[in-house]
Amino acid sequence: MSISTRRVRAIFRKELREYRRNGSIVAAMAILPLIFVITPMIQIFALPPASSAALRHGDPLLYMLGIPALVPTVIAAYSVVGERQQGTLEPVLTTPVRRAEFLAGKALAALVPSTAISYVVYALVVACVALFAQPAVASALVRGTEVLAQVLFTPLVAGLSVWIGIGISARSSDLRVAQQLSVVASLPSIAVTSLIAYNVIHPALRLAFGLGAVLLVLDGLGWRVTSAAFDRERLVTGTR
Amino acid sequence: MSTERPSAAAPRGSAPKGSGPALSVRGLGKRFGNRVAFENVSFEVGYGEVFGFLGPNGAGKTTTVRTLGTLIAPTSGSATVAGVPLTPENGVAIRQRLAIMPEAPGLYLRLSVTENLECFADLYETPSPRERIDHALRAVHLADRALDVCGTLSKGLRQRVALARALLSDPEVLFLDEPTSGLDPAATRDVHELITELSRGGVTIFLTTHRLEEAERLCDRVAILNTTLRTIGSPDELRDRLFAKTLTVRTLAPLSDPGRVYAGLPAVDRWHEDGPAGYVLAVADPAVAAPAVTRALVAAGADVLSIGESHRSLEDVYLELIDEDQEASRR
Repeated sequence: MSISTRRVRAIFRKELREYRRNGSIVAAMAILPLIFVITPMIQIFALPPASSAALRHGDPLLYMLGIPALVPTVIAAYSVVGERQQGTLEPVLTTPVRRAEFLAGKALAALVPSTAISYVVYALVVACVALFAQPAVASALVRGTEVLAQVLFTPLVAGLSVWIGIGISARSSDLRVAQQLSVVASLPSIAVTSLIAYNVIHPALRLAFGLGAVLLVLDGLGWRVTSAAFDRERLVTGTR
Repeated sequence: MSTERPSAAAPRGSAPKGSGPALSVRGLGKRFGNRVAFENVSFEVGYGEVFGFLGPNGAGKTTTVRTLGTLIAPTSGSATVAGVPLTPENGVAIRQRLAIMPEAPGLYLRLSVTENLECFADLYETPSPRERIDHALRAVHLADRALDVCGTLSKGLRQRVALARALLSDPEVLFLDEPTSGLDPAATRDVHELITELSRGGVTIFLTTHRLEEAERLCDRVAILNTTLRTIGSPDELRDRLFAKTLTVRTLAPLSDPGRVYAGLPAVDRWHEDGPAGYVLAVADPAVAAPAVTRALVAAGADVLSIGESHRSLEDVYLELIDEDQEASRR
């Protein structure tokens, strides 16, 4: 089965145009990261230099991987059931677009802005820490390995949330239910990253590789499960 | 429609049409669990034909369209759409050859008219999308609203955008579900002219409508569905099939003995009174019967005001069939 990049691009571009003009989506995507950032940042700025030794034993900024886990759920949960509720899904499904093309367009449209927002927020936090935290605290918090982990894991975590959100959206008949379930489903990812950030699970190279592999497998599984959940007939008629 | 408007059916490529029916449906049916949406539906529609698909709410019309549009899998029967067998693996090939305009326009209301059409032009992988969009917008008289956000348009204008969207892919078969719903009379006339123009260009129009005068005016043939196909044919054929041909006679004063006048005429099968000085005569051939009736009336000393063939509308045909079904279901 060949995939038409033009059709994937059509869905992707349409989604981005809709986000841009939907104030509530933009607001939700902007506010969620702020919740993650503001309070910890205030605490970090207040830390004395003496706390840097303790900080070096953990990776506190990894808690920010909660952002790519949570932000995509806002748009992924809307992706199918939202279109269904506003009556735009059926016209799209009557075109030659394949299930894989439709889902790829939707997934990319959720993944790209979520990943971009996560990177931007992380970069802002790192910049603020470097500028306003005690130098010893800053050097303890911002380390090359942690930055690399953040860069590599952000799209993997976001990808998992995207597929969970779209999968739930494809099986839901109500948008609010889809959004609530998607947020609940993203909690395990947030829990794992928080446990690592607070050194409950001790980060190590082997663990990083293992988690990366698990996320890759889960992303692939998410794609397959979501494809299976996407049933044209059920989506159009509400039966089956 | 204005002569300045471009032909809605763009010149086609090398794919020849007309080598078989555009739609061929044999014993098609769809059940949702125990509920029958439609069953044992068979018909053929030729290229360039305007085919009306009529029936009451819940008769299975939309489900039939969705089935032929590969959105729903049939539970029985077979079909070919634009020459392609209706099978799950042929979904993309079929959808490339048809367009469906659903009753609800289903536009992205935050996007402009052009942005909506751009998305669909790309989904159809339309060559020269810019030209095709301009062409479709001119065809529905919306070229000057191209940059308007769809959410700001009236219901009628949204309907026209949906029609433009259906024209983008230059389809071989165009399914139109209530295309004039919500349109004012002038816009309705434009859509009717567009349908006629498209059919002249070889596009098969599958028209689902509740507006029976619209079907009568536009359709070469109509089918009436009420879960099963009740009848199919041209509006004239259906009238002939369902109703006896009749002459309506009006005289200045009631005839003293109408039985004696009409009973002796071989061209008249039976008759009944219709008001104080009116008579309805069932005849086999109105052209033969009318002169004979006129002569008989004059011979009887009647002052004839009018004599003419009664006209039965498609609505009469439709209501007769649906009433029959309702009677049968009550029994």
